[in-house]
Amino acid sequence: MTAKISYADVEVGTELPAQTFPVTRATLVQYAGASGDFNPIHWNERFAKEVGLPDVIAHGMFTMAEAVRVVTDWVGDPGAVVEYGVRFTRPVVVPDDDKGAVIEVSGKVAAKLDDNTVRVDLTATSAGQKVLGASRAVVRLA
Amino acid sequence: MALDQSFVGRAYPPTEPYEVGREKIREFAEAVGDANPAYTDTEAARALGHPDVIAPPTFVFAITFKAAGQVVADPQLGLDYSRVVHGDQKFAYNRPVRAGDRLTVTSTIETIRTMAGNDILDIRGEVHDQDGEHVVTAWTKLVARAAEEA
Repeated sequence: MTAKISYADVEVGTELPAQTFPVTRATLVQYAGASGDFNPIHWNERFAKEVGLPDVIAHGMFTMAEAVRVVTDWVGDPGAVVEYGVRFTRPVVVPDDDKGAVIEVSGKVAAKLDDNTVRVDLTATSAGQKVLGASRAVVRLA
Repeated sequence: MALDQSFVGRAYPPTEPYEVGREKIREFAEAVGDANPAYTDTEAARALGHPDVIAPPTFVFAITFKAAGQVVADPQLGLDYSRVVHGDQKFAYNRPVRAGDRLTVTSTIETIRTMAGNDILDIRGEVHDQDGEHVVTAWTKLVARAAEEA
């Protein structure tokens, strides 16, 4: 593991560079193929509405994959992630238009732990609503 | 329907090995729009100390969730999968998944709870490589919503 961020340079409260991730219907089709998750709530509007959703929603695991990029882009080496967990609190609703939805993710160092690791707490929102809860990663720094 | 508490602690047989392909990793990284070269460029991965390209942190879910299907589909457990949503997901890594790994998953039911008519099931998936070394543990919380819910 070769993180480009040094443990000594980080304090509780250090903010990671925030990022925004666009997601369209095409993104969801591509993610379905790559992940093998073909649940129709992620691509079929008729089915999604039949089961009580407002529209097609993004895969929770897609949102989880995007959120951790704030951490992996910060440290450089994705192999430096020691733990990563989220709670799926609200769906990311993806309308059938050119713009789709946007997932906004920010993170900050919440604790300095043993063995050069830190805990990063992530905040992920879409359309102004939090979409992940208890979203935390432990990452080993240099 | 409340699930049978006697299933807590039940472990399912290890899955057949899943061989992690470098093109599958590339496909996944492209699908999440992540251009980190550690996922696609062997030299870049080696420069970070990895023997080969590594997979994004959540890549392994496709493997562990398929393994959890043994639990979900267990007729004796009787989970109503049509009402299941994914509640939480967590991973603890011993090392990143990488190209060439042959991974097996052993799924265990960790807890079963019933809250407000919802069945809540925590499944732990232990992932090992071809040498028997632990790679990652995945915890998946599934919530089967109460049948009365509109």
